[in-house]
Amino acid sequence: MRRRRLFGKRFKIAVGGGLLAVAVVAAIFAPLLAPWDPYQQDLMLRLKPGFWSAHAAPGHLLGTDNYGRDLLSRLIYGSRLSILVGVASMLLSALIGLVAGVIAGLKGGITEQAIMRFADAQMAFPDVLLAILMVAALGGNAVNLILVLGISRWMVYARVVFGLTRSLSQRPYVEAATLYGGGDGYIMRRHILPQVMPVLIVVATLQVAQMILQETALSFLGLGLPPPAATWGNILAEGNTRLFIAPWIANLAGLSIIALVWGVNMLGNGLREHYDPKMMGR
Amino acid sequence: MMVRYILRRLAFLPLTLLLVALATFVVLRLTGNPVDIFLDINRTPEQVDALTKRLHLDQPIPIQFLIFLRDLAHGDFGESLQFTGSAADVVQQRAGATLQLAGTALALAVALGVLGGIACAVWRDRLADVAISSIAVAGQSMPSFWLGMLLIEFFALQLHWLPTSGSGDLRHLVLPAATLAAILLPNFVLITRTAILELMGEQFVVTGRSKGLSRARVLLTHILPNAANPVLSFLGIQVGSLMAGSIITETIYAWPGVGRLLINSIFHRDVPVVEAAVFFIATTIALANLLVDVLQMLIDPRIRRA
Repeated sequence: MRRRRLFGKRFKIAVGGGLLAVAVVAAIFAPLLAPWDPYQQDLMLRLKPGFWSAHAAPGHLLGTDNYGRDLLSRLIYGSRLSILVGVASMLLSALIGLVAGVIAGLKGGITEQAIMRFADAQMAFPDVLLAILMVAALGGNAVNLILVLGISRWMVYARVVFGLTRSLSQRPYVEAATLYGGGDGYIMRRHILPQVMPVLIVVATLQVAQMILQETALSFLGLGLPPPAATWGNILAEGNTRLFIAPWIANLAGLSIIALVWGVNMLGNGLREHYDPKMMGR
Repeated sequence: MMVRYILRRLAFLPLTLLLVALATFVVLRLTGNPVDIFLDINRTPEQVDALTKRLHLDQPIPIQFLIFLRDLAHGDFGESLQFTGSAADVVQQRAGATLQLAGTALALAVALGVLGGIACAVWRDRLADVAISSIAVAGQSMPSFWLGMLLIEFFALQLHWLPTSGSGDLRHLVLPAATLAAILLPNFVLITRTAILELMGEQFVVTGRSKGLSRARVLLTHILPNAANPVLSFLGIQVGSLMAGSIITETIYAWPGVGRLLINSIFHRDVPVVEAAVFFIATTIALANLLVDVLQMLIDPRIRRA
C-alpha cells in the first residue's frame, strides 16, 4: 500500500514554477512595477522602515536603504540581474558541459581521458575559489560574472552527459545506426540528445539555483557586480553591514533570494520526478 | 591485500598533487597577466619588473610551470608581500584554525544529516519526512552568510550567549561551525534519505523482512551498512563545498583561517600567499578524497576486489 504523497511532483512544479514566474514577471516589467528609480538617492530619507512602522516614509512601501533609495524598487530591479546572471551562466556551463560530455562519451580513448581528467581536476578545485580568483583577475561586471560562473560549473553537466552518452552509445539501436553508416553528428542529434535532454534540463534547473546563490556569495566577498548595481546579492551584502540598525534591508533581500532559489529547487525536484519515476524516492 | 590497495592508492597521490599544482598554476597564470591582476594602476616600472622576475614571466609558459613545480617541491612559494615571512609559513600558521573549523562542521553535518536522513526514510511521506525534507530544501536555498548574520544577531547580540566573532576558546567555534555545517547539512539529509529508500526496494532487504526480522533489525543490519558507501562517496564530493564554505564562514566570523587569509591576500595583491593558500585548499581536498576512498574500501569488500 502506497501512502499518498503530501508533496507530489505536480505540487512541486506548480509552486516552484509559480515562484519563478513571479520573479520573471517582476524582472521583465520592472520599469512598470517599480514605484521609484532604484538608483535615486534621497539622503533625507535614509534607512526608513516600511509600512509596518509608524516612522515609515510615505510612498516607500518596504522602506529605504542607507542612501534613501527605495528598497522595493531595488528588489524588483534586482530580480533582473539575479535571474540574468543565474540563467545566462547556467546556459553557458550547460553548453560547455553538453558538448564536452557528448564528445568524451562518443569518441572515447584519449579524447575522453583528456576531457574527463580535466573535469576531475577542476572538481578538486572549489568553484567559489575558482570564481574568486577569476573575478579578481578579470574584474566584476555582469559579462565576466556570467563567464566565471559558467566556467566554474561545466563539469557537473559534463559528467552526467558523459555517463549517459557512454551507456547510450553501447545500446543496440545506436550500434545499428552506426552500422547503417550514421555519422557522429547524426547519432548525436537523433539518438543521444533526445535522451540526454531531460536529464540536462533537471540538472540545469537545479544549477540555476546554485548560480543565484553563488552570485550572492561573491557579492558578500566584495567580488560581485560593483555597487551601486541593484542585485539581490549586493542589497543583502549592504544590508548585512546595517543588520542591527535596519534589519529589514538584509531580511527582505534574503527572503527574496530564498523564495526564488527555493522555487527553482522545487521546480527542479518536480521535473526530476516527472522525467525519472525511478527516482521518486528523492 | 588491503595494505596493497592502500599503497597503490597512495602511489597515485603524487599524480593527484601534480594535477592540483597544474590547476593552481593554470588558474593563477592563465586567467590573465598576474602583473595586471596583482599590481594596481599606480604601479611603478620597478614593481612590474620585480614581480615579472619573481614569477619568471619572462620565460615561456612550460618553463614557468617547471620552475613553479621546482619551487613547490621545496615548499617555496616566495616571501609574503604583506606579512613578514615566507608565504608557506603564513598559510601554515592558519591551517590549524581552518582544519579545526572544517572538521567540526563536517562532523556536525554528517552526524545530524545522517540521523535526519534516516528519520526521513523511515517515516517516508509522513509529517516528519515532509517537515525535515522541506527544511532541508529550504536550507539549500539560503545564502550562508545571511544565515551567519542572523545567528550572530540572535545568539550573540540578543541573547549574549556566544561571542560575535574572532577565535579563542570553544565558545568562539560554535557559531562558525554551525554556519558551515548548515551549508552541508541539507545535502547529507537528502542523500542519506535517497540512499536508504533505494535500498529498501532491494531483494535482500525484502527477504530479511519476509523471514520475520523486525524493521529496526533490517535497518541496522541490512540497510545502514550498505547506505554508508553512497553517503561516503558523497562526502568526498562535498569536501570541495566544505572548503569553499569555509572561505565564506571565516570571512563572516573573522576566523583566523586560510580562507579569510586568501580573500585578504587577493585584496592586498599578495601573490605568493594566494598561491600557497590555493595549493593548501586544493591539497586538503585531494587528501580528504584519498581518505574517503580508503574508508570506502575498508567498509565495502566489493571495492577491494574490483
